[in-house]
Amino acid sequence: MTLTGMILKMSEGLGRTCAIFFLTLLFSLPLGLVVALLRMSKNRVVQAVTKVYISILRGTPLMLQLIAVAYGPFYLFGYTLLVKQKLLAIIIAFALNYAAYFAEIYRGGIESMPVGQYEAAHVLGYSKGQTFMRIILPQVVKRILPSVTNEVITLVKDTSMAFTLAYMEMFSIGKQIANSQSSFMPFVIAGGFYYLMNSVVAFAMSRCEKALGYYR
Amino acid sequence: MNILEIKHCRKSFDGVQVLSDISLTVSEGQVVSIIGPSGSGKSTLLRCATLLETMDGGSLAYLGKFAVRDEGGKSVYASHAELKQARACFGLVFQNFNLFPHYTVLKNITAAPLLIQKREKAEVLQTARDLLSKMGLADREDAYPYQLSGGQQQRVSIARALAMRPKILFFDEPTSALDPELTGEILKVIRALAAEHMTMVIVTHEMAFARDVSDHVIFMDGGVIVEQGNPKDIINNPSHERTIQFLSRFN
Ligand SMILES: Nc1ncnc2c1ncn2[C@@H]1O[C@H](COP(=O)(O)OP(=O)(O)O)[C@@H](O)[C@H]1O
Ligand SMILES: [Mg+2]
Repeated sequence: MTLTGMILKMSEGLGRTCAIFFLTLLFSLPLGLVVALLRMSKNRVVQAVTKVYISILRGTPLMLQLIAVAYGPFYLFGYTLLVKQKLLAIIIAFALNYAAYFAEIYRGGIESMPVGQYEAAHVLGYSKGQTFMRIILPQVVKRILPSVTNEVITLVKDTSMAFTLAYMEMFSIGKQIANSQSSFMPFVIAGGFYYLMNSVVAFAMSRCEKALGYYR
Repeated sequence: MNILEIKHCRKSFDGVQVLSDISLTVSEGQVVSIIGPSGSGKSTLLRCATLLETMDGGSLAYLGKFAVRDEGGKSVYASHAELKQARACFGLVFQNFNLFPHYTVLKNITAAPLLIQKREKAEVLQTARDLLSKMGLADREDAYPYQLSGGQQQRVSIARALAMRPKILFFDEPTSALDPELTGEILKVIRALAAEHMTMVIVTHEMAFARDVSDHVIFMDGGVIVEQGNPKDIINNPSHERTIQFLSRFN
């Protein structure tokens, strides 16, 4: 197989790589905020449960979590995942995992907000929800953007873990070619793709940071 | 009619009594200054009055309507809706401004009247611009807080409070975070408000200002009102040992 052939073949999996990437962000970013709010709940039980959730998802490999979501249903209920449901399993595992990381980032951002912002809004008659959505959250987003960028860059690389479930995204295709052709080249190509994608991510995120740079 | 009426307010933090039996009545158009050493409970009193802190005992009423009732020595807070009503009566100017950094000057002033009071947009904009020109900031409406000096930020925060049309305005050391040369511009603004008979309660360390601008001065120490009365009497001829000691530091 020629180099161009490999590149073309592997790029067929880029759509799936991007699907994992964007769907994970779509679900984990809001879910992370919910987890962060539960983590800061005044209810001790809710707080403790969330703490355990975060510590397990951050404390065990994403690959194991993928396997658990994909094969757990079989061991628990004898249900074998359909091929079509592979992406679903991957998104569930990724979203749960990334939500845990994002939750801690949100929490750090929320806790760094000066109490005076809450008090000023409160005195002006803002409800708790209004204060959070209009005053606190926009400022938190700005504060946490650099940490979020780190996670998003990691996510690009983590999409390769889908090969665990033989989900044919770019990396899994490359691995297959590498095996059949006894070639190291597909890994170099994969590295190039990830590097390119992350260059785009870094560029997009720096644009976001600039866009939020209108205030301090 | 009394705008504000606090009776027998008590407050402790972790078992330490910070306010004991404080009563304070402010009638319409009155300017009351609160002076006293740091840690004497002035901020806590203002925070109880503005519902940022819950009092342990005593009552609190705005325009004769109770926000907090005293039942057998314990404070009982009114319903959510009633507290909202009470909150609409007052404004608070903080020592460190607490402007919203992601809003322009204009939006800092107009956001709450539009969102909370649901007032007409054109009217709110007009009100905000009138206030800004009164504060000498007519040309800064598109600036963000970080682009302003401390004195300008504090003037915006006063405008933000006034835009809500409060019946009474509280100030907690409005000039303490400012360089001495910027203090004057804030005091000037407050003087102008006093001349318009805005009802105000001002915690301040500016003794000459307190004496000139207020109708009534309260000296607090150790969580109690030690002495109160006519500003000229209290500040020029204090009768209490602790007041004399405190004031001697300012001359
Ligand atoms: N949130 C709080 N928790 C515990 N102690 C507090 C708190 N707020 C104020 N205090 C204490 O209450 C006392 C009065 O404080 P404060 O009202 O800020 O005084 P002032 O404004 O006159 O300087 C101080 O001893 C202060 O340490
Ligand atoms: Mg204070």
